[in-house]
Amino acid sequence: MAAVTFTPVSDHALMVQLGDEISDALTARVQQLDSAIHAAAPQGLLETVPAFVNLMITFDPVVTDHAEMEQAVRALLQEGAAAQVPGAEREVLVCYDDDLAPDLAAVAKAAGLSPEAVIEQHLAAEYRVGMYGFAPGYAYLSGVPEALQLPRKPKALRDIPAGSVLIAGPQCLVTTLTMPTGWSIIGRSPTEILRNDPERPFLFDVGDRVRFARIDRDRYETLCKGGTA
Amino acid sequence: MTQASLKVRFAGPLVTFQDGGRPGQMRFGVSASGPMDRLAATAANVALGNAPGATLIEVSMGGLVLECTEGALSVAVTGGDFTVEHGSAAVPCWSILALEQGDSLSIRPGKSGSWAYLALAGEVAAESWLGSSATHSTSGFGGGALSAGQVIEVDEARLREDRHGAIARPDFLPEDRQMRVVLGPQDRHFTAAALAAFRSEPFALTNAFDRMGVRLSGPELPSAGALSIPSEPITRGAVQVAGDGVPTVLLADHQTTGGYPKIATVIGDDIGRLSQLRAGDKLRFAPVEAAQAVRIARETAEARAAYLAAIAVPKGTLAQRLMRANLISGAISGEEAVPD
Repeated sequence: MAAVTFTPVSDHALMVQLGDEISDALTARVQQLDSAIHAAAPQGLLETVPAFVNLMITFDPVVTDHAEMEQAVRALLQEGAAAQVPGAEREVLVCYDDDLAPDLAAVAKAAGLSPEAVIEQHLAAEYRVGMYGFAPGYAYLSGVPEALQLPRKPKALRDIPAGSVLIAGPQCLVTTLTMPTGWSIIGRSPTEILRNDPERPFLFDVGDRVRFARIDRDRYETLCKGGTA
Repeated sequence: MTQASLKVRFAGPLVTFQDGGRPGQMRFGVSASGPMDRLAATAANVALGNAPGATLIEVSMGGLVLECTEGALSVAVTGGDFTVEHGSAAVPCWSILALEQGDSLSIRPGKSGSWAYLALAGEVAAESWLGSSATHSTSGFGGGALSAGQVIEVDEARLREDRHGAIARPDFLPEDRQMRVVLGPQDRHFTAAALAAFRSEPFALTNAFDRMGVRLSGPELPSAGALSIPSEPITRGAVQVAGDGVPTVLLADHQTTGGYPKIATVIGDDIGRLSQLRAGDKLRFAPVEAAQAVRIARETAEARAAYLAAIAVPKGTLAQRLMRANLISGAISGEEAVPD
């Protein structure tokens, strides 16, 4: 197991790095540490931001400092393996119609599969929320099947609509805003990740498991209009 | 009480509603937003008698012109040295004045500074997202950007004459252009020459400057190792260096994660004054140890609390202030003497 490193960030944050190479096991350990910190919140803790190989802790420098925070985290790490974060199961609906999936044919060609086979593989996999980033609600889902792991496109396309289902490398992402992207667009989802619900404003938490379910165009259109068909 | 309405006659780009921000959501990809210069914004609210994080307007160098179309209220202007005009009369920045029906107020860039704050005595009606009206500029979530024709409604609008006049400016932060930073997290990824240049050479802000961050120009900062790292969390103030060796300082609406190495991070108390610089202005980075950065944060927090407490005290009624100024002492008998 790689040594854990602690690096001060500015006057109010500490980066805790658990390893260098991205792997599901390492990301799971980051998530375990994340929940352990919240279960026994050290004095002065403001927030934790989990990512693939590390976790940033922000704190109130009037109350605590980098050294005290490091000590608190070392103690939690020594207490040993907190339980694996089970992660809730979430479903995301996708319509794969051609006009909503402009890169599906190119992905199929690059993977040496038919578009239907790409869809099947995308639906068969289980994904896990590794981290959020880039923009509000952009959840990076790991678990794209190997056959579909392709590099980013050489050029980003502008104005990609919210709800686009994207893949690049081992990751999948459902966009929440109209934004440029260099990832391949293989479908469109009506599932709201920004939920406008103060109790649970985002569909996923880091560590949640995600499955995609296929819907047809009629259901997609109905759901987009706010229906419940 | 009563309502006041302010009609936006003109608003440049990036004139937005802000409040204390929405910290605690970075794990969901949401930076805290809030004012680019938090101290100036808080001062405007506090001096006006508002809650420190009340909704106010952040004015960019694009400028803002408003007209009071209904009611009357007191407003506070702080921030950079903007040119403020009340009707045709020049008003110093860092002051509180009354806006009455038919009055116009113009806030445009002046001698220096990139951001001004307009606080309004009352409750500003603005859209809220995740419990905050702070505008997240890239998504537009929160109160949003102001545009010509829009009417700003203020509930419980109040005239607070006992607060009118100049607001003392904060004097507890350095006035030089040295920005204190803690090196890292990836300072080891940079060549010795890059680190030496970072410590000793001046950098200038460029006009690639918005609420997400500001690109700098200056010596190239080549990275010694990998150009990218596994995407990791970022905080406000991070000095990230893209593959071209050009540093960018991330500001209020920063991305929450990224894969570019960060050579250093600006300490919390220097981000506001860095944000007030303009394209072409030069700055230098002054590395401090993490423990020293925490000491600075604690000393500054104490000085800030004392400053905010002092400007929060009403200046008194006109009669009291005139007495204090010793202009008409004796003319108002029976008034209690107000100590200096």
